[in-house]
Amino acid sequence: MNEDYFLEQDRDHEFLEGNRGLSQDQRAELGLGALVFVVVGLLVAMLAFVLHEAWPSFAHNGLGWFGGGGSVDQQIQSLFNSGQYKTLPNYTFHAWPLIWSTILITLGAVAIAFVTSLFVAVFIVEFAPAWLRRILEPVVRLLASVPSVIYGLAGVLVIVPLIGNHVVTQGEKASVTPTIQLSGASLLAAVVILTVMIAPIMIAVFADGLQAVPRGWLEGSLALGINEWRTFWKVAVRTARPVLVAGTVLATARALGEAIMVSMVSGGVPFAPNPVDGLIFFFEPSQPLAATIIRNTEGLSSPALKHTLYAIAAVLLFSSAMLSIIGWAAKQPMRRYGVVP
Amino acid sequence: MSAVTATPVRRPDRATASWRLSDRLGLGLAWLLGLLFCAIAAAIVIYFLVEGLRYLRPNLLVTNPAAAASETQTGGFLDPLLGTLIIGAMSMAIAVPVGVGIAVWLSEFGRPTGLARVAESAVEMMAGEPSIVLALFGLTLFTLPALGFLSQSTHGVVLGQSFFAAAALLSLVGLPLVVASTREGLQAIPSHVREASYAVGKTKIATTRRVLLPAARPSVITGTMLGLGRVISDTAIVLLLLGGTLTFQSANSVPLLGLLRGTGDTLTGYIYYNAPTGDGNQPSKAYAAAFVLMLFVLAINLGVDFVVSRSRKAVTWK
Repeated sequence: MNEDYFLEQDRDHEFLEGNRGLSQDQRAELGLGALVFVVVGLLVAMLAFVLHEAWPSFAHNGLGWFGGGGSVDQQIQSLFNSGQYKTLPNYTFHAWPLIWSTILITLGAVAIAFVTSLFVAVFIVEFAPAWLRRILEPVVRLLASVPSVIYGLAGVLVIVPLIGNHVVTQGEKASVTPTIQLSGASLLAAVVILTVMIAPIMIAVFADGLQAVPRGWLEGSLALGINEWRTFWKVAVRTARPVLVAGTVLATARALGEAIMVSMVSGGVPFAPNPVDGLIFFFEPSQPLAATIIRNTEGLSSPALKHTLYAIAAVLLFSSAMLSIIGWAAKQPMRRYGVVP
Repeated sequence: MSAVTATPVRRPDRATASWRLSDRLGLGLAWLLGLLFCAIAAAIVIYFLVEGLRYLRPNLLVTNPAAAASETQTGGFLDPLLGTLIIGAMSMAIAVPVGVGIAVWLSEFGRPTGLARVAESAVEMMAGEPSIVLALFGLTLFTLPALGFLSQSTHGVVLGQSFFAAAALLSLVGLPLVVASTREGLQAIPSHVREASYAVGKTKIATTRRVLLPAARPSVITGTMLGLGRVISDTAIVLLLLGGTLTFQSANSVPLLGLLRGTGDTLTGYIYYNAPTGDGNQPSKAYAAAFVLMLFVLAINLGVDFVVSRSRKAVTWK
């Protein structure tokens, strides 16, 4: 409230020094404001560029873009060729197998990681012995910052052969041979590695939120004779619910946009895994949206395929922007209690 | 207000026999999953330590990747290693000043409120964007003829791949972390510190430069390191915007500028290339490079821990 008074003083002071025009502060404010404006402008430019490049693909296919039909591999091939031979571009593209794969892998990993991370975060914050907690906190942060390509490497050299050689039987492989190959690069492998990758992110956010719950609230509950587990579960975890949502959304965005690791372990075949296939469903290869872009980067030279890849990017851009907004909105209630993680 | 100290409420000698079954199951599950997490973390760390030490040879660090049939002749990863360092330095050279500037504006000025709200959510959105989308955006941006001077062009077609392009886009990856950390540090400084500075006749910007930023230095360093960690772990932007050419391909013979306008690779790109799914398919090289990259990440993490613990011990505002 006194700030304006001091600002006034500053201005007088500079005025007496004979500083004409804008004051030092005003110039700084304008300069920094311009910087902020540029960065916001860059984001708007990104939206504009990506949507502009994506438009032909959406315009040609309409809502059919999101639907199924035909083989994605053949469509990508013909998109690539139509650009190559300078014929009339044929933008036909039906992304459903890719979208379905993205949904399965992301939701699978997020669901498993959410439950696991919640319990691990509760363990770390409340129930772990002090020495274990001192080790676990840096380890969580280290695992959260391991590059995704390293997780991909571990997946393709350990998990994929393990599934391919020991989990999938020869009979199961033979039963689907003409359509797809069960090499081990599968839905299961992608979900497992992605879970390991995003769980540390969730644990870190959850633990921060749980730690921010005032001790007094827990002690109040304990004083009423409620046991430690129930106290923590019903008071701390409930209070931290906004943080749980925010952390989950953050991890979902990361999982959705993960291209490198998933392209290494998911099989790279745009096949839509079918739950009707029973157990084989989990071993079926697929290819999510982000991985499709990374696998077709050499096709960016062909205009038709380029527009299609930008259309995929536009879908990812839109989804992750929505997730960011949800995550930001979810954090607000916690601020209102005065509990800021 | 209640004291927010992290003393556990639990007393160690408390028996759980009187608890309800569901509560005991919950506690058991927490222990089980907690220990499982420890096991997985240990497995990952030990696995990469063992495999890395098995395949890492000193000459891998000083030779360049080369095309050869046998694995003994394909060289090491000197250029990708240098590429990681160059990319990290260039990106942070952009991200830190811009990030600190944005954080100062958001925390100290922040008017008009509408722009502040927009800027806040823009930074948040930038943090959530997949790097593959940023990479595609970068490709359209840097293939514009107007920005052709930052990369190579053949017959008037701009390639759009260079150290400049990759570093510019990677700085957007690091930026949100710098902004968030710096802003947190600035907001932790109580307002009476600012008022004391105003009272002795300092302007707002002088206060920021002489009082607030020095006080928030640990936060700036933490944000820088976190951003650097994110930047050197990125692969998608490196593949698309740096070219992923394993060795440095200078645009021309001008010493530094030619290199930065040319294409190259980083450790992440090298690992991707040498994984069984990549074109190189030499897992031993990939393990060795992964080990070196993990050492970088570990060093950055230890650095953050060190800065944070030292700043906690430092003078706190009353």
